[in-house]
Amino acid sequence: MATTYTLISSVTVGSGGTKTITFDSIPQTYTDLVLLVSGRSSSTTYTGFFIKFNNSSWTSDVTGKILLGNGSSASSVSDQYFSWALNNQTASVFGSAQLYIPNYTGSNHKTVSGDSTQENNATSSTSSLIAWKWAQTAAITKIEIGNFDGGFSDQFVEYSTAYLYGISNA
Amino acid sequence: MPTKLIVDCSTGQVQEIALTAEEIAEREAMAAEYAAQKAQEDAEKAAKAAAKQTAQDKLKALGLTDLEIAAITGA
Repeated sequence: MATTYTLISSVTVGSGGTKTITFDSIPQTYTDLVLLVSGRSSSTTYTGFFIKFNNSSWTSDVTGKILLGNGSSASSVSDQYFSWALNNQTASVFGSAQLYIPNYTGSNHKTVSGDSTQENNATSSTSSLIAWKWAQTAAITKIEIGNFDGGFSDQFVEYSTAYLYGISNA
Repeated sequence: MPTKLIVDCSTGQVQEIALTAEEIAEREAMAAEYAAQKAQEDAEKAAKAAAKQTAQDKLKALGLTDLEIAAITGA
């Protein structure tokens, strides 16, 4: 890992799980951000994983494309969420995601690129390539991640982790 | 009661807080929007697959072989 990677903060979900993870008061001293997440949803139905910046709207401010592949076919969707490990998939398997957020303190719209994999020690699993735009010009000071379905059965299970790194260009 | 984890990057402190009624309502709205978006995507995929099959059936009815259909459709 490049020496310019600096761990800003990390968190491990405790027993009982949690609905969302928020990194608040993000220092404005780096050039880019990298968010690494290892997680599993308690849901057995939906795999939506969302990201919100500051306190803005999830649906109207984030647009983009996700390229999905499952080993036999590929497709793309215009989603603001990506697939995630479900609780009815292989036990103890966690999905993983890496999101790169360049120029997060700048005054232009922010972009997010990354990849994720649903992970499943079985034939059915999905990988995603992510390209999002956050249509706001404010500096990013807060990042919230979470997953959801129609009820509150879905949350990050215990031992899910999130790491936020700062990248300096010098 | 659903909770949220908040990491204060300036201090490193982690707090686990119960979601407020407002936050619960917001997430329920997000969930509903997500479900609607997912249903629309699934419907579009199904319609596209059905249209593809219909088109292939029509080409076959015109006398084209599977190989010829694949050659012109890339299927």
